[in-house]
Amino acid sequence: MLARMNSKISAQTLRFVRRGQTVALGNVAPDRTLLEVLREDLQLTATKEGCGEGDCGACTVVLAQAVNGQLQYQAINSCIRLAHSVDGMAVFTAEDLSAPTLKAGASPDLHPCQEAMVQCHGSQCGFCTPGFVMSLFGMYQNSGGGQGITREQAQVDLSGNLCRCTGYRPILDAAEKMGSLPLPAGCGVDEAATVAALKALKPRQKGNESYLRPTTLAALLQARSAHPKAQVVAGCTDVGLWVTKLHKRFERVLDVTAARELQRVETYPHHIAIGAAVNLTDAYAALVKERPQLQTFSQRFAGLPVRNSGTLGGNVANGSPIGDSMPLLIALGASVVLMRWRKTAAGGEIAHRELRLEDLYTGYRTNVMRPDELLCWIKVPRPENKAFMRVYKISKRFDDDISAVCLAIQMTLKDGTVQQVSIGAGGVAATPARARQTEAALLGQPWNADTVMAASAALRAEFQPISDMRASAAYRQTVLGNLLQRFWLESQGMTSINLESLNAVTLEALA
Amino acid sequence: MNAPDLKLVSDNTLRAAGQSKFHESARAQVAGAATYIDDIPEVRGTLHAAPVCSPVAHGILRKLDASAALALPGVRAVIDAGDIPGDTTLAAFAHDEPVFALDTVMFTGQVIALVVADDVMTARRAARLVKLEIEELPAVLNVHEAHALESYVLPPVQVCRGDAKAALRRAPHQLEGRFEVGGQEHFYLEGQIAYVLPLEQNQWWVYTSTQHPGEVQHWVSHALGIASNAVTVECRRMGGGFGGKETQAGHLAVWAAIAANQLKCPVKLRLDRDDDFMITGKRHPFAYHYRVGFEDSGLLCGLELEMLANCGFSADLSGPVADRAIFHADNAYFLEDVAVASYRCKTNTQSHTAFRGFGGPQGVIVIERILGDIARTLDLDPLDVRLRNLYGIKERNVTHYQMKVEDNILDPLINTLAITSGYRERREQIAAWNASSPVIKKGLALTPVKFGISFTATLFNQAGALVHVYTDGSVQVNHGGTEMGQGLNTKVAQIVADELGVPFERVLATASDTSKVPNASATAASSGTDLNGRAAQFAARHVRDNLAAFVAGLDGCGAGAVRFEGGQVITEKTTRRWEDVVGAAYANRIQLWSDGFYRTPKIHYDKTTLTGRPFYYFAYGAAVSEVAIDTLTGEYRVLKVDILHDVGHSINPAIDIGQIEGGFIQGMGWLTTEQLVWNGKGYLQTHAPSTYKIPATGDVPAHFKIELWPEANREDNVHGSKAVGEPPFMLAISVYEALRDAVAQAGGQPMQVNAPATAEEVLRALGA
Repeated sequence: MLARMNSKISAQTLRFVRRGQTVALGNVAPDRTLLEVLREDLQLTATKEGCGEGDCGACTVVLAQAVNGQLQYQAINSCIRLAHSVDGMAVFTAEDLSAPTLKAGASPDLHPCQEAMVQCHGSQCGFCTPGFVMSLFGMYQNSGGGQGITREQAQVDLSGNLCRCTGYRPILDAAEKMGSLPLPAGCGVDEAATVAALKALKPRQKGNESYLRPTTLAALLQARSAHPKAQVVAGCTDVGLWVTKLHKRFERVLDVTAARELQRVETYPHHIAIGAAVNLTDAYAALVKERPQLQTFSQRFAGLPVRNSGTLGGNVANGSPIGDSMPLLIALGASVVLMRWRKTAAGGEIAHRELRLEDLYTGYRTNVMRPDELLCWIKVPRPENKAFMRVYKISKRFDDDISAVCLAIQMTLKDGTVQQVSIGAGGVAATPARARQTEAALLGQPWNADTVMAASAALRAEFQPISDMRASAAYRQTVLGNLLQRFWLESQGMTSINLESLNAVTLEALA
Repeated sequence: MNAPDLKLVSDNTLRAAGQSKFHESARAQVAGAATYIDDIPEVRGTLHAAPVCSPVAHGILRKLDASAALALPGVRAVIDAGDIPGDTTLAAFAHDEPVFALDTVMFTGQVIALVVADDVMTARRAARLVKLEIEELPAVLNVHEAHALESYVLPPVQVCRGDAKAALRRAPHQLEGRFEVGGQEHFYLEGQIAYVLPLEQNQWWVYTSTQHPGEVQHWVSHALGIASNAVTVECRRMGGGFGGKETQAGHLAVWAAIAANQLKCPVKLRLDRDDDFMITGKRHPFAYHYRVGFEDSGLLCGLELEMLANCGFSADLSGPVADRAIFHADNAYFLEDVAVASYRCKTNTQSHTAFRGFGGPQGVIVIERILGDIARTLDLDPLDVRLRNLYGIKERNVTHYQMKVEDNILDPLINTLAITSGYRERREQIAAWNASSPVIKKGLALTPVKFGISFTATLFNQAGALVHVYTDGSVQVNHGGTEMGQGLNTKVAQIVADELGVPFERVLATASDTSKVPNASATAASSGTDLNGRAAQFAARHVRDNLAAFVAGLDGCGAGAVRFEGGQVITEKTTRRWEDVVGAAYANRIQLWSDGFYRTPKIHYDKTTLTGRPFYYFAYGAAVSEVAIDTLTGEYRVLKVDILHDVGHSINPAIDIGQIEGGFIQGMGWLTTEQLVWNGKGYLQTHAPSTYKIPATGDVPAHFKIELWPEANREDNVHGSKAVGEPPFMLAISVYEALRDAVAQAGGQPMQVNAPATAEEVLRALGA
């Protein structure tokens, strides 16, 4: 059952740790998903498939990796995660949390995240439940046993899990409650044993591997050079859908996420550099640290399991016209560093070039990258005191939705005139775009209502968006201009003019 | 918020009913140990199927070339209409739907064939390799076009009372409006699935995720050309149903059964989510045209209403759905002179089907909208206009379909909620707030619901159950209903436990199974507990009566003097352990199991005139919703929701509150973010959760308070309870009306707001 693949696709062994024990599976194809491995190969059916595209969360599992001897936990979508990407990690599913039953027929002790769901009546049909339980488990492990979890936090962290029965209230109750429940013997994670088991997993045998996951930047670039046709993946939150929905097959996959150098966010005097292996959760945390006004926007980027898998580098390299990172990064003046392996007499060296983000794209999902190049770093200038910066996202649903329109604006005024402005827009063209004509309409102009009117008109005229299932062209065009109005009002210190800026507490007070 | 009082749970009361018992499967569900169809260990040799779907909305199927699919390693067969041993038309009510498309394809997504392979992905991959030659024909893609062409799946229906035209002429004010309300994808988290196993002698076992095992049995046997007794259908639980697995599950079972019959192998068919969206029917989209007359006070004089239901390409359940829309076009209000015309439009889209409320929401929303618009026309508070038009107690109490409303609690219920929610004060606060807020505007609305309980087709209002007591005193109950998360099995177990006087934990509810309780109706129309709970109660009562007679014989008392409670059997003389009585009764050859049967009393209904008493009783409720809209973008948030809802005497408050909250949020989704978009060719563009947005955690209002109305059902219903599955769905119309109120307060055109009221729709109505 394991080797369901075309004969030309070779497969290799996959190892991970489950319940403190090593699981080794031979002959797993490079494009097999973690969910398929769990459900079909291991008959672990707690984890469900709800949508096969990382949007419903029924397939949520928790991964753990040892960092400095400590386990770090992340809830992810197993349906679009390639199985080999978890090689060397610990995997937790809903069947792993309760204590083993000693007596036949007796009901096992449950983990607090499970017990809270029972006590709060958080399951009805139960199909989404194991996914919610795993998201709760991730929260539990990352909060010192569910301590201090607020309702707002729970709403954000659970936004990638859909439930069609409960209306969520009891599940949010469970998130708040789990920290107050006892942890029964046998339900906790034996961290030491897990860390030891992870350590014991030897690095993979080298060879003609179909799933390449180099651990250094040099090895990664050499692998790219050697296999320019390999499918490059990072968190697989888009490529995973090419497998599950488009039925694509990959003979060889090159995974960038293990390259140690690229797992870091580096801070320099004038910019921060985000490595291509940094997931969206950490990348946005770094961006929010520099610019706190991005907090809500960062939480609205997909759901947590997608942010935990997906990378900022992947989002940028993929270049979807409706990806939310690019308008923001364009407005912030970000650049990308492309790297490749250049052969030299001495063997080889890393060659790199840097370009402005907006210059990366040439058309719908096409870019200037050479076949042997990889996007390795994203450089984001650090904020200047005087710059006024906002990013707006318009979508049908507030959380975990794709933008109909995304608009990011950074502006610096001097003596009441626009000294510098950069505007990134998404959802309005075949690529994420910089609104250069609008910028021109603003630059050097007095920052007042008339200028804003003129610039709004320029912005509406600059793009010819399409109508699709997310919004009509007319709406997109209208809203583009109106968002510039919103930016103007906010620059004048007006608060309570943006629903996003009104948090639940404020709204409650206003209600 | 809304968590039932936990003291109730730990309270050492002897009775289970009335307590918030945990869902009978909750512990298994959280541990991932609750089995759904795809979790059942597969029998050796199981093959997997995937559908081949029509890429066009309407056309003549000229050729199907499966050669490329069959050449893919692992593919076993391509199954189409030629492989059907029985009738090539499904055994559906109207007998108008082919099992597989024959010579004509009727919608984009229609299943033409199945590919069967060793594994799912190979089958799905191969399905896309099947080449179809289809000669495209003009397609009818919306109700207006269908209506103009008189393209209907069933004949139009008119229901009239009085003289609406004359009343309209007399009325001092008139209003005319047109609007549309979109459909809704069920988005059960567990997609459609069937797993069919051949048994010996042309007998079949069907595992399916269905609300109606009996119908699946009927459809499968019909398609295979065999007797019903050769097919057994089992469903332990569904991962959500909401009406979407009432008929739609039958198609999958039939398809899988035909493949299994052809290949003599077990066949599993699990739809990919996108295919599920493309193939299965949804809530009926409706379009309306109305003319209403009213007095200065807002009192309705006359109403002419035309409802166009988009039924899709076949009748399915569209007849009764459109009927229920007619029955609920009054909602809570007395319509004296009224004429309703209902058209069941045939379009080249998915065949729309049952969905929580079953046409009721599409009826209720019309009158709520009309009353809101009347109030704004007259500059009155919409609540006052609603109160003025409510059904009366002694007069103005007969519906337009000639049923007397005998259990009306609307006025006290609405007034209680208006006070507890602070409706009047908040109206003033909001007006003040809006006056000073340039961009964000708020809106508020209170809307009630009155929902008729019973299947309108009287024959379906029957149910059976089996109660088995084993010699160790443990109890099994089986009934014709199905568990889709609504807590039916939990409530039934509570009822049986009380009837036998044993602890709740002693009672196990088992999988729905057509070989146990035959000919069961769908678990639908909110009636699951009313029907099956009563049948199970009667079954348990028969066993109890047997035991009471036995104990009475031992103690020389009357059987009526024997009490069963707290796991004990008590007479004036003796108190015995339940287990001891059961053991002794068995030894004395007393029957320890029984059946139970229930049929709803009082109901009758004339299908030709749509008059009578289709409903045993009404369930009531009301909600107040407050929203804030952004006038620059049309975005909005639901800020506060207060609900007062009538479930009679609750058998399980936690479960009932769960139904109210879940129904409300689902209804909110229908009217806000859940937009189904078909393109100009009839292709559904929103076919996955990435593009079709059901509410998420962040959409739960910060203030979301549910209270239960304290009174028991005035009709004799199990434990004094009322049905709860569907009625709360319609409480979300308060969100829609609050959004329109906000649009009005912002100076926009609330009559321009269609549903779903997406941000784009709101902005359009604001004229920004």
